[in-house]
Order: sequence, then C-alpha cells, then structure tokens
Amino acid sequence: MSSASVLNPADVPQSAIKAAAPMPDIMPPVKARKGLWGYMYRNPSIAIGGTIVLLMVLMAIFAPLLWTVDPTALAPARRTREPSALYWFGTDMLGRDVYSRVVYGARVSLIVGFAVAVLASAIGLTIGLVSGFVRWADSIVMRVMDGMMSIPPILLAIALMALTRGSVGNVIIAITIAEVPRVSRLVRGVVLSLREQPYVDAAVSCGTRTPVIIWRHILPNTVAPMTVQATYICASAMIVESILSFIGAGTPPIIPSWGNIMAEGRALWQVKPYIVFFPALFLSITVLAVNLLGDGLRDALDPRMAKRI
Amino acid sequence: MFAYVVRRILATIPVMAVVALFVFSLLYVAPGDPAAVIAGDQATPDDVERIRQSLGLDRPYLVRFGAWVFDIMRGDLGVSIFTNLPVVTMIQQRIEPTLSLMVVTLILAVSIAVPMGVVAAWKVGTWMDRAVMGFAVLGFSVPVFVVGYLLAYVFALELDWLPVQGYTPFSQGFVPWFENLILPAIALGSVYIALIARITRATMLEVLQQDYIRTARAKGAGQPSILFLHALKNAAVPIVTVIGIGIALLIGGAVVTESVFAIPGLGRLTVDAILRRDYPVIQGVVLLFSFVYVLVNLVIDLLYTLFDPRIRY
Repeated sequence: MSSASVLNPADVPQSAIKAAAPMPDIMPPVKARKGLWGYMYRNPSIAIGGTIVLLMVLMAIFAPLLWTVDPTALAPARRTREPSALYWFGTDMLGRDVYSRVVYGARVSLIVGFAVAVLASAIGLTIGLVSGFVRWADSIVMRVMDGMMSIPPILLAIALMALTRGSVGNVIIAITIAEVPRVSRLVRGVVLSLREQPYVDAAVSCGTRTPVIIWRHILPNTVAPMTVQATYICASAMIVESILSFIGAGTPPIIPSWGNIMAEGRALWQVKPYIVFFPALFLSITVLAVNLLGDGLRDALDPRMAKRI
Repeated sequence: MFAYVVRRILATIPVMAVVALFVFSLLYVAPGDPAAVIAGDQATPDDVERIRQSLGLDRPYLVRFGAWVFDIMRGDLGVSIFTNLPVVTMIQQRIEPTLSLMVVTLILAVSIAVPMGVVAAWKVGTWMDRAVMGFAVLGFSVPVFVVGYLLAYVFALELDWLPVQGYTPFSQGFVPWFENLILPAIALGSVYIALIARITRATMLEVLQQDYIRTARAKGAGQPSILFLHALKNAAVPIVTVIGIGIALLIGGAVVTESVFAIPGLGRLTVDAILRRDYPVIQGVVLLFSFVYVLVNLVIDLLYTLFDPRIRY
C-alpha cells in the first residue's frame, strides 16, 4: 500500500499472482544469446531501467563538468528567460540557470532514494527477522507496525518533518520511518513461510542453533524479495522527497532539488511553465527507470511472478 | 458472523492506540514550549510555570496522554496555535472540498481502472494488454503534481475547457463543482488507477483459468457476461481490498493535489500548518486521516461476505 508510488506492486496479495500460463507440450527451442547483450535482450526492463539510472548517477556525479554554472548563483538582471542556446532550460525568477539546477538536483533525489532504500531495508530486515523468530515479540511489533501503516506514508513523513529542520538527512530519516513497516511485514512473511520449509526443519533437528539457521538458511532467501522491494522503495522515496520539498517541508530551498525547483516555479507556472516542466520531466524519467529496474529484477529473480502483474 | 465482527472491531483498538500514541508524541516532542507561547514575551519564569501547571503540562507523559485521549473522545482536538480557533472547527470548514475530491477520484478511478484491468486480462498478451500495463508503470512513476500541472496546462490553459484552479462548493450547483474537480481527480487518481488496473488484471487472469469459467462458456454465456458476471464477481475480494488499501495513496496525494489546484481543503490546511509549525492542527489532521483510513478498511473487511458468499465467519 504504499507510495504516489508510495504504493508498490509488492504489497499486492500473493494469492492474486500465482496462476501460471498453461505450458505447450513441446517447448520451442530456446534461442540463447550469451554474455551481457544476451542478458539485456532477455530482460529489456533491466537493461532500459538500469541504463537510465546509470546515466542519471553519472550526471549527478559529474554535474560540474556538464557545462553547468553555479546552480545557486543569482542574477536578477536575467530572470525568467525562456529556454535558449545560452540558457538551455531557461532561468528562474531569481535568474538562476534552470539547467544547472536540474542537473545538480539529481544528486538530492538519488542520494535520498538510495539512502532510504538501504536504511529501510536494513531496519526492516532486522525487525522482520526478530518478529518472525521471537514469538513473544511478534504480536507487539506487528501491532506497532499496523498502527504506523495506518498513517498514510506521505502524511507520516510530513508530520515527522514538521518536528525538525529541513535537511537532506532529516528527509532521509522521515521517509525511512514511513517505509520501515512495509519492509518489516514483507520480511516477516518470508521468514514465516521459510520456517515451514523441510530444510529448516532438518537443520533444527540436527541441532543447528537459531543464529546459524537465520544466517545460513533464512537470510539468503530474503535477498531476492528484498532487492526488488528496495528498488520500489527507492522509487517511492524519490517521489516523497520531491513532494516534501514541493510543499516546503523537505530539502532546504538553498539546495537545488527537483522538488524545490518545482516549488519555486509554482508561482509562475501559468506564464513560465518550463521552470516546472524540466525538473518534472527528469524526476518522472528517473522514477520510471527505477520502477522498470524493479519490475525487471522481480521477473528475473522470481520466475513465478514473471509477466504476471 | 457476529463474533467475527466484534473481534474485527476490537482488533482495530490496538492499531488506533498506536496511532494515537504516535500522534500524541508528535506534540510531546515538538520543539517550543506551549506555556511560554501562551504567556507571551513579557512573562516571568514564574508566570510560565503557573500557566504550565494550569494546562497540566507538568504532569507525567502517560497522564497527559490519557487526558488527551479523553479530550478526543469528547470531540476536542485542541486549539490552533496560529488562529486560536478550535482544530475541530478548522477541520469542519475545510472538509467539504477534500471529501468531494476523494469521492470523485474514487468513483472515477474505479470506473476507469476496473474495465481497464478486465480488458487487459481478457486480451492478455495483445497490444491492449501492453498498453494498460504500460500505463500502469507510468502511473506509478509520474508524481501526482506532475500529472496535475500537465493536465492543467493542456486542458485549462491551452484548450481552455476547464477552470485552471480553485473550488466551487457543491451548494452552487453540480456542474461548476464537478468542472473544478475533474482535473484534480484525474491527477490524484493516476496512481490509484494504475494500482487497481494492475490488481484487477492479475486477479482476473487467475479467475479466467478456473473451471467454472469454462463451464459458463460451454453453456453458451456471452463474453461480457462471462467477464463481468462470472469472472469479475469472483475476483472482487482482492480488488476491493486494494481499493481500500489504496485510500492511503489518495490521502497522501490529496495534500499535494490541493496545493497544485489551489483547493481550500484539508490538504492545504496540513501544508499551511506545517509551514507555520501549528502542531495541534497537524495532530488533528493526521489523526482524522488515519482514523478514516482504518475505518474504511474495517468496513471493507466486514463487507467481504457481500462480494463472496463463500466467505463465512
């Protein structure tokens, strides 16, 4: 149930996705291409999504080299210029170069997306494992998670941001807290189903200690669903960051982020739509790419779910 | 059945308690001292201490939490720091636009998304299916305010078919009310449509494999009747569940949509409250939205028997 894609496909009930297409009696010969190109051919979502994400990361890292100027440099004399050869995406109402701001803005989105994905996965994994293995903690932890999940994630992040100063670190913490309950639930579900597996029973009957079982038998099996989930969290976090910044409760205005640029262009959008348009375009493409990557990973890592949802 | 209903209702109490505790703690840890704010700039430390005692702010955390919950039970959400109006009054003034937006979005989204998902499942693997799935990925990826600006630019500014921004109360007629809501509803609904279309398609694919669909076809039922009477009815439970869960999206999205389209609803109230650090208002709105969300999902859970007579409690 999450997010402007604050909601993601992994929350969809598993029962809805199980049906498998009937198999023909004789499978056509598989045309196997080898190497990287073959892999990309078989998984176009991963190839397309991954390439765009990689390009965005390179753009964020090498922002100073990409014919940008200082994204915070004010120049009141040349404000709200239309896009031109000199100002590729135009200038905003303070005369700042929108192209430079958009290129630098990728840094905030990517850092927030990546940091939230890693943090929320790590914390959610820990809580999910504890909840799945420690019986008495399970009901308490899950009631707390249920409670947190009944506050819509964007609202939760907004409420947390109201408590602190706007900073990139605080944005990351707020979105992470909003995402953790979902990850915990997912991991707990995986753990509970894995515990019923014969090989876990076998390990238990051999006298294997619980930490070893978790490390050797449970954790490796959470990697695939967690990777997919982390990708969706990343996409969701980027959208929530831009929403927080857009309504003025996120990244401080001094730092160019896509949400901030749009927030500043808001007052003028009817006459100077390009100030809002370019950051919106970059944000949408990046989130789309991350979502494609997630769909591709899901299909590749979990063949049962492939092509279903 | 009755026992189940009681159990299910009781199960929401711990959830609401966690929400209440969280929302209360929000004000508890919020920076700034309400007593000092009320006392004003001229107050001595003694004055502040006296006000703190009269407000009960010196009492322990749990005692204050208890008193706060008791106030809420009586319908008292506190007083706004900024406007000095009761939070309940402020919410009442702003609830109509938000409620209108949500209801219109809900109806619009469900009536677009469910047929989309059904068609995608029926024509699985064709261009129609791919178009629906492509739209779903887009819907998940393009943020609400981007869709909002795009729609407003094309349909309001360039084509001039609909008003750009604002809200007209329902009391001034259905048409102006609806004209103002249609663009925000589509913008807000885009993620929701993507979500419902996806789950509808997935569930329908599974149901269409079932024996009773083949039976229906064998006895000569027409395609529309198979899809919408036999199949959709059996796919209803997961779809309705997701519609309920997705309300969270609508609530979060409404905050942003109302900003884009200058709709004076609860979302605007939330944004203004955040910018002014008006904690009682933030508390009230978060509490209200969460409560509505829990309640809607409770009702949906209880309605399952209507959609699927196989479910017995």
